[in-house]
Parts: sequence; C-alpha cells; structure tokens
Amino acid sequence: MLKISRKLVDDMVAHARADHPDEACGVIAGPIDSGTPTRFVPMLNAARSPTFYEFDSTDLLRLYRDMDDRDEVPVVIYHSHTATEAYPSRTDIALASEPGAHYVLVSTRETGAQEGPFELRSFRIVDGEVAEEEVLVVATGD
Amino acid sequence: MSVDVRIPTILRTYTGGEKAVTAEGATLAEVVADLEANHPGIGERLLDESGLRRFVNIYVNDEDVRFLAGLETAIADKDSITILPAVAGG
Repeated sequence: MLKISRKLVDDMVAHARADHPDEACGVIAGPIDSGTPTRFVPMLNAARSPTFYEFDSTDLLRLYRDMDDRDEVPVVIYHSHTATEAYPSRTDIALASEPGAHYVLVSTRETGAQEGPFELRSFRIVDGEVAEEEVLVVATGD
Repeated sequence: MSVDVRIPTILRTYTGGEKAVTAEGATLAEVVADLEANHPGIGERLLDESGLRRFVNIYVNDEDVRFLAGLETAIADKDSITILPAVAGG
C-alpha cells in the first residue's frame, strides 16, 4: 500500500496537468526505511514527449547525490500518461529499476490540462512483474 | 588505477549488497571488465554488443561519460565512478 498526503497527490496531478500533452515525471523522496514520501521533486522530461519520459542524466546524478546527502530514497517515482490509462506500459515495465519504489501513474487523458477527474494508481514493478497496490490518501500532516 | 565505483540498488545483488566497490583500470572499459571479473554478471547489465547500454548512465566524477569519451574515457587514480540506471519509461 502507498500512504501519501493529499498535498503530494495534488502536486503530482498539478505537474501532470502543467506538462500535458507531454508526459510529466518526478520523484517523491523520503527517509530511508520510512516508506513515507515527503519531499516532492518534479523533474524535467528530457524527452519532452507525449509517449516517453526520461530524467536528464545530469539532473539524475544531482537528484541521487541530494538524496544520499539527506539519507533519502526515491519512495515514489511518478509519471503521467496523457492519452492512455494510468497503468504501466511495456516500456515502463522494461525500464523500471528501483525495486523498492512505488511507481505512481497519473493519467490526464480525460481532462488534459484542465481541472476535473483524473486517474492516479500505484504499482510495484520488480523483475518485470507488476503488482497494483492500494493508495491511501491522508490529510496533510497525518 | 584504483577507483571507487558506486553501485545502484538494483545491481547490488552482484556486489553482495555493497553500495560501493573498488575497481582497477586505465579506461572505463577496463574498469567495467574488472568489475565483471570480481562481480560476475554485472558487466552484462552495463554493456550490450554496441557498448554502454542505452538506459544505463555512468559518470566519471560528475560527468556523464557520454559527454566524455564513453568507454574509452581515461580513468585517473582516485576518480570516482557512479552508475545509475536511467529513470525512464513510456
């Protein structure tokens, strides 16, 4: 199960809407072994594409250095799908490389950059196996 | 040349759980070969028949080796090498 604050859910959805129709991507870091996402880190999609995302390699190194310095791990790795459902694509599964992370997908296919309904789902992706998990959204601060 | 190599979580199965290992080599290709000699299986996760895998990033000090000389990048004593899988998808 992913337990996450309303504020962080809103941050991911706002980022997905802002970058629509391109895919948005980022990380929510949290203290090692806590399992709790706390620090929202939106990343640039270096691919600037509606069908692909990739963190810029220099940004990626800086992100991992920052997390190391803060004793954090990427608790959540999120990205958006802008024309399809919030479910990992074959590429997502093939490239998933953080077995400890919650992979969160946000779909903006219904409302694009506008306010309104959205899909947000969370998955574990380990060795090519996808397992959906429950998302428990809690009031900020809980 | 002896260098520290930082290993990402997903490859620590090859290093007995170690986050960093030491390796020897005058070029990145030699360092990767030395890693493979001491941690069998890791080389295949870094390289394919065309060279460095598309979705693996290797940095010498703070520079992505794709902006240096790739696998031919010269390695100096006490350089630090960081391996990070790309965070990417579709």
